[in-house]
Amino acid sequence: MSAAAVDVREAASAAPAAQFAPTQGYWRSVFSRLMRDKVTVICALVILALILMAVFAPWIAPEDPLKGSVMKRLRPIGSEGYPLGSDELGRDMLSRLIFGARLSLVMGIVPVLCALGIGGLLGITAGFHGGRVNTAIMRTVDVFYAFPSVLLAVAISGALGAGITNAILSLTIVFIPPIARVAESVTTQVRALDYVEAARASGAGNFTIIRVHILGNVMGPVFVYATSLLSVCMILAAGLSFLGLGTKPPLPEWGLMLNTLRTAIFQNPWVAALPGLMIFLVSFCFNLLSDGVRSAMDVTR
Amino acid sequence: MEPRAPDEPLVSVSDLTVRFSRTGQTIQAVNGVSFDLAPGEVLGVLGESGSGKSVTLRAMLRILPAHRSSVTGTIRVAGRDVLALSGAELEDYRGGTVSMIFQEPMLSFDPVFTIGQQIAESVRRHMKVDQQAARARALEMLDRVQIPSAKRRLDAYPHEMSGGMRQRAMIALALACKPKLLLADEPTTALDATVQIQILLLLRELQREFGMSVIFVTHDVGVAIEVADRIAVMYAGRIVETGSVREVIRTPRHPYTQGLLSSTVRGELRGQRIEAIPGSPPDLAAMPPGCAFAPRCKHARDECLRAVPGAVDVGGGHEARCVLLKLAA
Amino acid sequence: MTLLTVSGLRKHFPLKKDLLGRGGGTVHAVDGITFDVAQGETLGVVGESGCGKSTMARLLLRLIEPDEGLIRLEGRAVGTQMPLTEARGKMQMVFQDSFASLNPRLTVEDSIAFGPIVHGLPRAQARERARSLLARVGLEPLRFAGRYPHELSGGQRQRVNIARALALRPKIVILDEAVSALDKSIEAQVLNLLLDLKVEFGLTYVFISHDLNVVRYMSDRVIVMYLGKIAEAGPAESVFGDTRHPYTRALFSAMPSMDPDRRTQQPPLIGDPPNPIDPPPGCRFKGRCAHAEDICGRGDITLTSAGAEHRVACLMTQPGSGHSSAPGKAA
Repeated sequence: MSAAAVDVREAASAAPAAQFAPTQGYWRSVFSRLMRDKVTVICALVILALILMAVFAPWIAPEDPLKGSVMKRLRPIGSEGYPLGSDELGRDMLSRLIFGARLSLVMGIVPVLCALGIGGLLGITAGFHGGRVNTAIMRTVDVFYAFPSVLLAVAISGALGAGITNAILSLTIVFIPPIARVAESVTTQVRALDYVEAARASGAGNFTIIRVHILGNVMGPVFVYATSLLSVCMILAAGLSFLGLGTKPPLPEWGLMLNTLRTAIFQNPWVAALPGLMIFLVSFCFNLLSDGVRSAMDVTR
Repeated sequence: MEPRAPDEPLVSVSDLTVRFSRTGQTIQAVNGVSFDLAPGEVLGVLGESGSGKSVTLRAMLRILPAHRSSVTGTIRVAGRDVLALSGAELEDYRGGTVSMIFQEPMLSFDPVFTIGQQIAESVRRHMKVDQQAARARALEMLDRVQIPSAKRRLDAYPHEMSGGMRQRAMIALALACKPKLLLADEPTTALDATVQIQILLLLRELQREFGMSVIFVTHDVGVAIEVADRIAVMYAGRIVETGSVREVIRTPRHPYTQGLLSSTVRGELRGQRIEAIPGSPPDLAAMPPGCAFAPRCKHARDECLRAVPGAVDVGGGHEARCVLLKLAA
Repeated sequence: MTLLTVSGLRKHFPLKKDLLGRGGGTVHAVDGITFDVAQGETLGVVGESGCGKSTMARLLLRLIEPDEGLIRLEGRAVGTQMPLTEARGKMQMVFQDSFASLNPRLTVEDSIAFGPIVHGLPRAQARERARSLLARVGLEPLRFAGRYPHELSGGQRQRVNIARALALRPKIVILDEAVSALDKSIEAQVLNLLLDLKVEFGLTYVFISHDLNVVRYMSDRVIVMYLGKIAEAGPAESVFGDTRHPYTRALFSAMPSMDPDRRTQQPPLIGDPPNPIDPPPGCRFKGRCAHAEDICGRGDITLTSAGAEHRVACLMTQPGSGHSSAPGKAA
């Protein structure tokens, strides 16, 4: 988010009539408050570690995640050469979990980021203009909102066909409506506040008002809401892979791994539970992180 | 209930102290408030925001959030130790012995029930009568607070009424069970001037008729003068001056009361500067030692900062907490 | 010299009907208002909720588009002869809610500098101006410039709002209940400040309030509004000293007496002010007026002169109006 703030400022200094750096001090104070919240810091560190793990997977993983051995199937945790056991095809679980973080995190984060951009834009436009523009945008969004998100994701992925890109696309479509809704309702509230009126009374145009007075106050809550969607997105992505609509075997991805290991649940339940545990850990950390960010952004404290 | 001597006050509050704890800070909202109130007496509590006037009222009704506030001292109402009440006794006390009206009447009403249902429900609970009698009482009360076509209004929902009507309905709800004490927290502040005066006159009339005691909290000197027999002026959680309305308004002895009166804008003073009190009220999380008003007071001296000044009686029950009075005496 | 002329200003808000077609109607928020403001004076506008005083303030700045009416600033029609941006630089507003009228994400300094930057002042100069204005409204720039609104008290925030309004060097400042939410001791400080600033910057005020005392204290001329129309208007001494409209009189008697021995005994009016939804023809006040007669419901009541610059919209003051209390034609 701080990177985005810098972008806004650079864009602003390009326009001569309106040079303004609104959010600098605010975001700094949010950051210092975040740093004081231990739970949030720990969650952020866990997620950062997982991201680093995903990026440097080839150097960290002890084995090739795709190389199996029929003879060494379903080894329990702690077996020799297999610190976290092996899966139903005798592949090293530790290496697969490390490599799996790549796809799982991408499929959890990218759709939410895309939806944040598109949904945020739609919502702010609808909220700021009100009237017919609002009705047109929000009723369209409502059509998508009427379906349960799992069903919608499955239906779109099914129609587009299996594959990572299509899964990301379908998840993006799923998350646009809720983000647009939140953005719209926050914008509508902010727009009605006196300081927006005061800015208009100062002769500022729509663009300046949105940039200086609306964006800063709307993107905060929307961003927090989007953070809370990350865990849902991870789980949905895992679900799509589980149904065979996302990643294809033999690629390592936690949802898909959960699926293929389900047959081993009675033979070796701990190994079978590992991908689920990872999904749980990540979504749990994202949720706590979003709570932490929310309270850090509450300026009145 | 313990027997009471006839001349015993209805309300006796002594050394009431309320603290709120909030993320490492302690807010000293009320700092040793003591007062008595006779049956049938109206006490106007005058103070600005942060003076602790509303918190005092809420402590008396025991409606402060229990886990974040600590209340010490004693509150005795009609012979009962209020801070010791619990369970059924407390329920009987709230609404039966004491009731409260607020600035925002929507707080008193549940939006999903009609006005009649809510008043009747309260009557049934506290007066132990059947449904029909309770409804009759509700109708009587709506009539009594001068709500036009009361019978029809009985079946109205709170949001269907105008601001003034809602305020009247809230008064009907509060008085339906004939409380001995009415706590009024700025009940007319949000109203238009022409409606405010109607509600004040109504309250005065009902107070006389029911013979109840009233504690009326307000920030508006004019409103306090209209309703109160006695006035207590609060500043930073302490009562700094108390006495009969006439005494306090005509011969204020505490510099804060004097400043409050001189800074109240009067139209006739056009063209002259208003004598405003400089500065702003103290931070309740970091109270200054001694007299809390000293930092804003033009008469302040070293002594003011040493200890909280005690109350000095200047005659006829008129008391003020100021070092100047002790020096004069 | 006349600085601002408002003629025939009108704004109606249609209400939405519900699914069953109930409701609807039109709120006559501001219903044909004409007045002018002279350079350097304070025009007080007083009235109860629903009288349209806040809508009028927003119409003046064109924060709401008027249905009808013309606003002339320095003799030029706003919107046609004078661009809106220019008019908004010359007219500024201070709102009632000191917290809602400041962006919580901007420092005090940035909030004040926003207007000048929008109008093309270089950043450094805008900040310079913000700091000097902060000092002028009694807030030490070194201590306050970098603070956020929630770190200030209500009185301090309202000082910031005043500084923000002055940042564009306006001619007119519209104060919409600007001191109503403040504690009495703070209200007095802010009123004193407003009087000082008026002299120092040569300002003209439109001072809107529900509080008669404050309006009387501040104003040279006064407008009393009721349900979207002007009931009485004129020089302050005349409106307050020789009150002609029954509504203005009622407003006066509704004021607390401030004397424990002369408490109010009778409420001057019964009931609440009605909604300005589809008001019946004739005098808006007739439903609550003790002197109402049949004639009051017929046709519009016009503002008529009742002495030097004193105008009243009541048939009782108009000779030959047909009201039984009207003065004779000879008078």
